Amino acid sequence: MKRWDVLVEVSPRSEIADPAGTTVERALRALGFSGVTGVRIGKAIRLEVAAADEADARTVTEQMCERLLANPVIEDARIELRAAVAPESSW
Amino acid sequence: MSVTIGVVRFPGTNCEFDTLDALRDLGANTELLSNDQVSLPGIDAVVIPGGFAHGDYLRTGAIARFSPVMGAVTAFANAGRPVVGICNGFQVLTEAGLLPGALRPNAGLSFVCQSQRVVMAAADHVLSHGLARAEELSIPINHFEGNYVCDEPTLQRLRDNDQIVLRYVDNPNGSLDDIAGICNETRNVVGLMPHPERATAELLGSTDGIRLLDALLHAAAESRCLAESQAV
Repeated sequence: MKRWDVLVEVSPRSEIADPAGTTVERALRALGFSGVTGVRIGKAIRLEVAAADEADARTVTEQMCERLLANPVIEDARIELRAAVAPESSW
Repeated sequence: MSVTIGVVRFPGTNCEFDTLDALRDLGANTELLSNDQVSLPGIDAVVIPGGFAHGDYLRTGAIARFSPVMGAVTAFANAGRPVVGICNGFQVLTEAGLLPGALRPNAGLSFVCQSQRVVMAAADHVLSHGLARAEELSIPINHFEGNYVCDEPTLQRLRDNDQIVLRYVDNPNGSLDDIAGICNETRNVVGLMPHPERATAELLGSTDGIRLLDALLHAAAESRCLAESQAV
């Protein structure tokens, strides 16, 4: 078994209103960042997974997303994986 | 013959005693249900009250739905027995898949805490007895995440099947189609953002909540009769 560093990015689905994103976008524009659009605010979940290979690590992470980490009615989940670097690793 | 209504308490629930008191004042027997109990013996209806179940970590209701008691509540609901989720309880029921859609942060990111006018929008569900369609009630709301969303086919089904139980007058949170409460297709599971248990005395500004809770007592009694007749 290898260990994998996993980053799950959960964001509101494109058709779902994101009041936090809208507010931050307005604030950025008020600060003079006039070119900014499409601000969406989600959450980043980092975890470590033990799995035989990358495909297994991805499958088990997808299952975690389906069951708990994201609500498919309102959220999309994007998964990034890389082999963990012992003893500690960081993104 | 008095009915017994169970009120679920998760870690972080905070409206359980208001709800128990209000139901008891109306003549129901009440029972506080633990989040780790796996059966509901002698219970005629279940209320999942407001609060912040399991801290609302990750998403509102996301952790609570995996509590052991939710397995029992799901079986109870699937048997056609009455289940009502108030505020955080509504959020738990959507996460558990007992009601469609989801509740997002309020439009404008404002926490709303106010008396709210709502309209009875559907008939023939577990909170409708004694109330007429289009009747207006005043019931407090108190939430940050009450902005109901669902996809277009789901909204169409809710409308076609008369599942929109309550609508806001002057939408306070951006909720789709002014939805303040819905029921499932079999009409025995209802979720609503307003708190009927907080509108049970003139001193609290409204007694309209009594009418919804009385309707639940009626539904609980009917459901109990049906369950007893099926058991014989």
